[in-house]
Amino acid sequence: MNLSFAITSLEQGLAFGIMALGVFISFRILDFADLTVDGSLPLGAAVSARLLVAGVNPFVTLAAAVAAGGMAGAITGFLNTKLKIAPLLSGILTMTSLYSINLRVMGRPNIPLIGKGTIFSFIRDLGVPYPWNNLLLLILVIVAVKLILDAFLNTQIGFALRATGDNPQMIRSMGISTNSMKMLGLILSNALVSLSGALVGQYQGFADVNMGVGTIVAGLASVIIGEVVIGDSSIIIATLGVIIGSILYRFSISIALNLGLAASDLKLLTAILVIIFLSTPRIKKALR
Amino acid sequence: MLKVKNLEKIFYKGTPNENVAIDKIDLTVNEGDFITIVGSNGAGKSTLLNSIAGVFPVENGSVILDNENITKKSEYKCAQKIGRVFQNPLAGTSPEMTIEENLSLAISKSRNLSLRWGLSKHKREIMRKHLEKIDLGLEKRLTTKVKLLSGGQRQALTLLMATVANPRLLLLDEHTAALDPATAIKIKNLTVELVNENNITTLMITHNMEDAIKMGNRLIMMDGGQIIYDIKAEEKKDLTIEKLLKMFEIKHGGQFNNDRMLLSV
Repeated sequence: MNLSFAITSLEQGLAFGIMALGVFISFRILDFADLTVDGSLPLGAAVSARLLVAGVNPFVTLAAAVAAGGMAGAITGFLNTKLKIAPLLSGILTMTSLYSINLRVMGRPNIPLIGKGTIFSFIRDLGVPYPWNNLLLLILVIVAVKLILDAFLNTQIGFALRATGDNPQMIRSMGISTNSMKMLGLILSNALVSLSGALVGQYQGFADVNMGVGTIVAGLASVIIGEVVIGDSSIIIATLGVIIGSILYRFSISIALNLGLAASDLKLLTAILVIIFLSTPRIKKALR
Repeated sequence: MLKVKNLEKIFYKGTPNENVAIDKIDLTVNEGDFITIVGSNGAGKSTLLNSIAGVFPVENGSVILDNENITKKSEYKCAQKIGRVFQNPLAGTSPEMTIEENLSLAISKSRNLSLRWGLSKHKREIMRKHLEKIDLGLEKRLTTKVKLLSGGQRQALTLLMATVANPRLLLLDEHTAALDPATAIKIKNLTVELVNENNITTLMITHNMEDAIKMGNRLIMMDGGQIIYDIKAEEKKDLTIEKLLKMFEIKHGGQFNNDRMLLSV
């Protein structure tokens, strides 16, 4: 594995790490297996790419992507909390609708961004050479997201959000609406996933309607690898774990590719990886 | 302060399994009352508390708390004025969160949630003071995750969380039934202490006749979804378990069918 492979893996790990933090919110904090993310990741890329092509400032397109992702999360939240559709199905319904919406947003299945000014080219033009421009920007964004998320989860509302996934009965007894908390969590989660999609789109130089396939599994893999490797003793540790997990996940994918695995086999590999990590605690117990 | 009027709750209405759980109950609870509720299985004790707490919609009647009609309010809205402790010690706390994080939610219960820090020096001081009172050494373990506590410790914490924000009404549903005898006694003493200290109006379901007679100033016996006896202050002082069982048999026309209750006599 050469250096450029390592740098690419690191960059991808950081860019997708924000998605993994989003999955962490729905999957771990809310205890809500939210498949919306397979649609909200390309949604972010689509919104950002479409606006970039229209000449909007690349940083502003990120904000638009965040807003769009938040709306997608709100729809899943509405389906689940108001229409009482099961969590899994709510996510699938939104994800499926988003496929059409993403095509509408882009106007075609793929938007190339070659030659368009992105956030990465903006930093490069400031005098930061490749690959440091990518790394610097991605690290800045993910550190900011992590710190804000850590802080938020330690506010009063953050406590309520965490308790909602842990023991909804308790949170109702505390006079807090579990529905509002679920809604809030799903909005935040998908806003982050969409932001990640926008970053990935600008980073790889195109937005594609199919780029979201398998997002949830990659996100879960990152969350779980992080838990096994770093732990989850506190929120600060857990979110760090998710980011490290995302980086390790992308490295393992690169290594697998380097070993000669076909790119088309990657989804299978990821699924197996998730199964192994999810079952580790059980296997350990059985061996004891 | 609490008025239950003509309350009716029917489960599986319109099906062959239709079950009238609460059969047109009227109940007036006065400020500062500590009412113990006894009754055989299926008498409607828990359903009565759940109806008051807004857990499910009722068929008929109304629940008025502090002159406010809360009949149709959802559970979480009712909870702003009502504290609850359940039989299951796991029900009242968030296991993955620490003692201080759990307590923080309870302390800010009466206020609107905000983006202010969930914990502060001031808040921790209040917590320590409260935890010292329950005398389980938890004040030294603020940052311990609640899942590491024993059932009794968790129930004590739940009780504290239910009372710390001074609710208008406290609903206890056999909250010591799942604990070992020694711990149950501790939690009962703590209950009396916390309720008296804050003068909280309380409804407590118990399967233990002796507790029902000893604790509180008023005893309600339920059967078949109705209140068959409402025994107040003076009369309650002369009550014995034998008398109570006799009274039940007269009205019910049969023996008490709550095995646990007989065993714990």
